[in-house]
Amino acid sequence: MDLKTLTYLVVGATFALYIGIAIWSRAATTGEFYVAGKGVHPIANGMATGADWMSAASFISMAGLIAFLGYGGSVYLMGWTGGYVLLAMLLAPYLRKYGKFTVPEFIGDRYYSDAARVVAVVCLIFISFVYVAGQMRGVGIVFSRFLEVSIETGLVVGMAIVFVYAVLGGMKGITYTQVAQYVVLITAYIVPAIFISLQLTGNPVPPLGLGSTVQGTDSYLLERLNQVVTELGFAAYTEGGKSTIDIFAITAALMVGTAGLPHVIVRFFTVPSVRDARSSAGWALFFIALLYLCAPAVGAMARYNLTATVQTGPVGAAESNLVYEQRPEWMKRWEQTGLLKFEDKNGDGRIQYYNDTRMDPARQQELGWRGNELTVDRDILVLANPEIARLPNWVIALVAAGGIAAALSTAAGLLLVISSAVSHDLMKSTFARGITEKQELMAGRIAAAGAILIAGYLGYNPPGFVAEVVAFAFGLAASSLFPAIMMGIFSKRVNREGAVAGMLAGLLFTLGYIVYFKGIFITPIGKNTAENWLFGISPEGIGFVGMILNFIVAFAVSRVTAAPPREVQELVDFIRSPRGAREAIEH
Amino acid sequence: MVGEDLDARARAYWRANIRTVLGCLAVWFLVSYGAGILLVDVLNQVNIAGFPLGFWFAQQGSIVAFLFLIIFYAWRMNRIDREHDVHE
Repeated sequence: MDLKTLTYLVVGATFALYIGIAIWSRAATTGEFYVAGKGVHPIANGMATGADWMSAASFISMAGLIAFLGYGGSVYLMGWTGGYVLLAMLLAPYLRKYGKFTVPEFIGDRYYSDAARVVAVVCLIFISFVYVAGQMRGVGIVFSRFLEVSIETGLVVGMAIVFVYAVLGGMKGITYTQVAQYVVLITAYIVPAIFISLQLTGNPVPPLGLGSTVQGTDSYLLERLNQVVTELGFAAYTEGGKSTIDIFAITAALMVGTAGLPHVIVRFFTVPSVRDARSSAGWALFFIALLYLCAPAVGAMARYNLTATVQTGPVGAAESNLVYEQRPEWMKRWEQTGLLKFEDKNGDGRIQYYNDTRMDPARQQELGWRGNELTVDRDILVLANPEIARLPNWVIALVAAGGIAAALSTAAGLLLVISSAVSHDLMKSTFARGITEKQELMAGRIAAAGAILIAGYLGYNPPGFVAEVVAFAFGLAASSLFPAIMMGIFSKRVNREGAVAGMLAGLLFTLGYIVYFKGIFITPIGKNTAENWLFGISPEGIGFVGMILNFIVAFAVSRVTAAPPREVQELVDFIRSPRGAREAIEH
Repeated sequence: MVGEDLDARARAYWRANIRTVLGCLAVWFLVSYGAGILLVDVLNQVNIAGFPLGFWFAQQGSIVAFLFLIIFYAWRMNRIDREHDVHE
């Protein structure tokens, strides 16, 4: 069977599975639509959280980023897992005890203020749309490469699938499809990783393979990689490119941002008890770690394989560079997508892949190299990996299904928090208090459908800055939502005025800084270089400073204004004590 | 009288909770920001089983530590809940 038919079969089978689950788990009440009736088993919720969280960025892009950044890629590994420690200890159990439906609802109740709720809704909607645009792009890439349909067709199919289970099933439908999607995506990630690790190091466990010796030699993989990439002018793989303070700030912004992402937080509203919220965070990180522990191995091995494919022998000997006409099939296929490009700058018909800005010019002269000739989009590495390692076609088809599962599961989770923010927080709690549960459910479905259309539009017309904007989403979550929720639990003194001022200060500072250097919607005002940055912190890491600012402003303003009313202090006491969480379901 | 008792109990529970969280977050900070970032160059001098140690903490060790931290936290908190009679 050829690859295309096989891919259609595998992807089609997973789609049928998702739709089947959606029909089986339709939501009948708002409780089921928003939080799956709070009856999700902690292990199932852990898997669903894994799929919800691991997006096209984790599945498709992260290993590629690590492959090209080496040690610098650690910010994503630590940042996107360390956030779960914060979530488990600072937010999840308390929000579960609080027992209602949404993040803005908590902020609105705790700060006894419609203004606080509306600010939270605005942050949430902005963060979620930014994120969803990236998912839709991921769906587009997978469809166009593996199913050989246009990106538009791919988007429409993806939107239709999400429409069915998000609009019909709400959180209940999403939860159980996410469990299935987790299984698909983790299998699709680990199976090729095992094969590649076996081929390269003889060790079937990828995280251990990363520390093993290369098959047939007695030198370690990381040593060999360091040696060949430094000879080619790149930075050593195991050492950093960025400054220490920047790595620190980016890691912190990603961690705190992860803990503040509304679609992740809301997953912990769905379990039956506080105890389950704690253990579910552990399960979530366990299921996420399965992928995140393989990712550094996949990244390093992909970098090694790629380099070894092009640079077949010692650097310097002319015949060590791959002849372009003899390039492998996978390179030809990815050239068609435009994500891999070759330009024969020195006209020798061979591929020179090196860092032409860092390698000594005299050495380049001596070798007769006239600049780097190969550009590889880092997003293709995971998808191309099975082809690079010459794995069987069914593995490639599986990877395609996994990429789609990762993107769809995250998109669905995001669309649900957008729709519940509109129907529950904006309508039911603020501007249309009189609506019945049935009307609210209908409003939620309409909002979900509307959000899907906007997401599809963003995927079709991706703002050219998707990668930048994702950093944006984390920065905003870190500087606005996380501090507001955390102070709401751990301080009784922070009041309405403090919380609103803090959120606005953190948000505007972070937004301003990113726009200043990245120029979203406008041309950048400042040059995005380390000399211009505040404390040497890049826009990716500035959410960390925004978070600190939020805390300082909130405490300062709260000190000079009146303490929260008695019933709010009682609410804080209530959420701090686990007892009674099950009864709280009905309130 | 009963109200004060309840108050004191709630305070004791909350203090035990905060102590646990702070302890866990100290480890959380040490494995990631400490070993993986601030001390990475020093630790990279040591090579264990094919890994420069600092690099290992940044790419694998911290993730494993995070997982054990959450497991420990969940176990410990469930015990504290029972000791202070606030469990579900």
